Amino acid sequence: MADELILGGHAFTSRFILGSGKYSMDLIRAAVEHAGAQIITLALRRANSDTDSILDHIPEGVTLLPNTSGARTADEAVRIARLARACGCGDFVKIEIMRDSKYLLPDNYETVKATEILAKEGFVVMPYMYPDLNVARDLVDAGAACVMPLGAPIGSNKGLATREFIQILIDEIDLPVIVDAGIGRPSQACEAMEMGAAAVMANTAIATAGDISAMAGAFKSAIEAGRAAYLAGLGRVLDRGAAPSSPLTGFLAD
Amino acid sequence: MDQPMEGITVVEVKDKIDHMAYLPGMEQIDPTVRQQVTAARAGYDENAYTAQDVRAALDADVRTPEHFAALLSPAALPFLEEMAQKARMEKRRYFGDNVYLFTPIYISNYCENYCIYCGFNCHNKIRRAKLDLAGIEEEMAAIAQTGLEEILILTGESRKMSDVQYIGEACKIARKYFKMVGIEVYPMNSDEYAYLHQCGVDYVTVFQETYDDVRYEQLHLAGHKRIFPYRLEAQERALMGGMRGVAFAALLGLDDFRKDAFATGMHAWLLQRKYPHAEISFSCPRLRPIVNNDKINPKDVHERQLLQVMCAYRLFMPFAGMTISTRERAGFRDRVIDIAATKISAGVSTGIGGHSGEEEGDDQFEIADGRTVDQVVAAIREQGLQPVMNDYVYV
Repeated sequence: MADELILGGHAFTSRFILGSGKYSMDLIRAAVEHAGAQIITLALRRANSDTDSILDHIPEGVTLLPNTSGARTADEAVRIARLARACGCGDFVKIEIMRDSKYLLPDNYETVKATEILAKEGFVVMPYMYPDLNVARDLVDAGAACVMPLGAPIGSNKGLATREFIQILIDEIDLPVIVDAGIGRPSQACEAMEMGAAAVMANTAIATAGDISAMAGAFKSAIEAGRAAYLAGLGRVLDRGAAPSSPLTGFLAD
Repeated sequence: MDQPMEGITVVEVKDKIDHMAYLPGMEQIDPTVRQQVTAARAGYDENAYTAQDVRAALDADVRTPEHFAALLSPAALPFLEEMAQKARMEKRRYFGDNVYLFTPIYISNYCENYCIYCGFNCHNKIRRAKLDLAGIEEEMAAIAQTGLEEILILTGESRKMSDVQYIGEACKIARKYFKMVGIEVYPMNSDEYAYLHQCGVDYVTVFQETYDDVRYEQLHLAGHKRIFPYRLEAQERALMGGMRGVAFAALLGLDDFRKDAFATGMHAWLLQRKYPHAEISFSCPRLRPIVNNDKINPKDVHERQLLQVMCAYRLFMPFAGMTISTRERAGFRDRVIDIAATKISAGVSTGIGGHSGEEEGDDQFEIADGRTVDQVVAAIREQGLQPVMNDYVYV
């Protein structure tokens, strides 16, 4: 059976989602090709431009994931999502709601509200969130197609700073958990996949690389390796101490 | 009175008003931020920093006001190359390859202020003009033809000749042609900002010129602008009125530019802390040093010093926007959009009505980069950067 990522009833074989916000347009195609990405995000506020629209640079067969960046409230995110659908961007939407211009941290509370409204309207809702288990459960109840916890602040390339909390989401949430922000290097993407993340999203790490195409390819390989390791079942990795070679419970008679 | 600025003759003003007292009708808000900004400026000793302080500031991950102070100090000037490299990294982290374009449109140059250094001041015998709504529409249509999607509407500061209603109508017209509309007009009350926000404006720029109230008093002799605290609180009133973003600037060179740059950064920093959702932006205008001046003036802002200020802003608030105006030459602008600035104007006319026909009113200042939008776009691409006309949804 093929190892597919299912989002809102759509199946994908690639587990790499490419962010487009920081690329020169002509590099997007190259990055998509080398990363094998089947989903690419775009800020509606960029797609909204009359000249040199980013939409013209997205290769065919790639699913567009418009995001609501720029929204500060659930209400604004809902309006942006509807505008995206009206612009022909499809039913997928990534909710990004930020009330903080410095760290761009997501507002979980407003995100739950927007998810509930948009899921009811038939959107495939992919919410960007701070990894909080209670909020993740609320997002599931609100009709989200996945949850997208941040590994570290957007653009920071700091990797899995929230790894313990992402692990909890992976363990407890039945929807795909897609690690969204902060992934700075292929090894971090690989680690997220080993942990059981369903997919990884990256933008800055590739956009700011010396050779964009080569880095896109490196991410592709890392994500595939991490996924394979997860499916294989990681061998025993002990945090500390050693395990006794004969079992402590060997004395039990029946 | 002493001559307040070299080479400028000043018309005597009788019965000057108290520059620290609000005039009737001026909204008074919580003065805390203003007081913190002026206190920070007063306490900034630019000579107190060493190379070691600069090193620490460069190596920091998130930079504090003390780091910012060090980066603006004379001790940081020998580190300019490294500052530029770090600034470029931060800029790429937050903005990638993107460079945003816009153009200013001057719809009126009537002005009631007497700012002795300004081409529009009320004692300058220049051709005054004000576009009517049809004229504004014609100008905006012509600008939109160039492919631009962001516009900055400017007026001289005359509530009589360009009242809030008139500016609001101009903004409504602008929304028909542009995705993003900003204003750079006289400071107003928060309810007036709220009205203009309804008319489609999301960005308010106010230049404080200098953050030293004594120097400010010597340079702004008459008009509403003379009221120092009301101007300093404009950005906060704009945010209270629902504006999404605010832009800050000191006219570097009017007074000690390091102190003024420090105050500008602190002003932005304090307001961002109070209004975390606010989008913050800087402009970096300067008075050019007088050419062939044999006196070396430590307060002069040469390109090196200007770049130092821009890099310090970038390193202190890496997420902030930064505009580079046509006051600077093309060769400077094209480089700083790679290092620190995020936004560049193109196809600029600082007169009235210059986009669609003959200019009716004279220019505020002479520009040093007269390139068209196409030429600036080409220059951006040439550096491997991405020209962006719009990155914005008005919601």
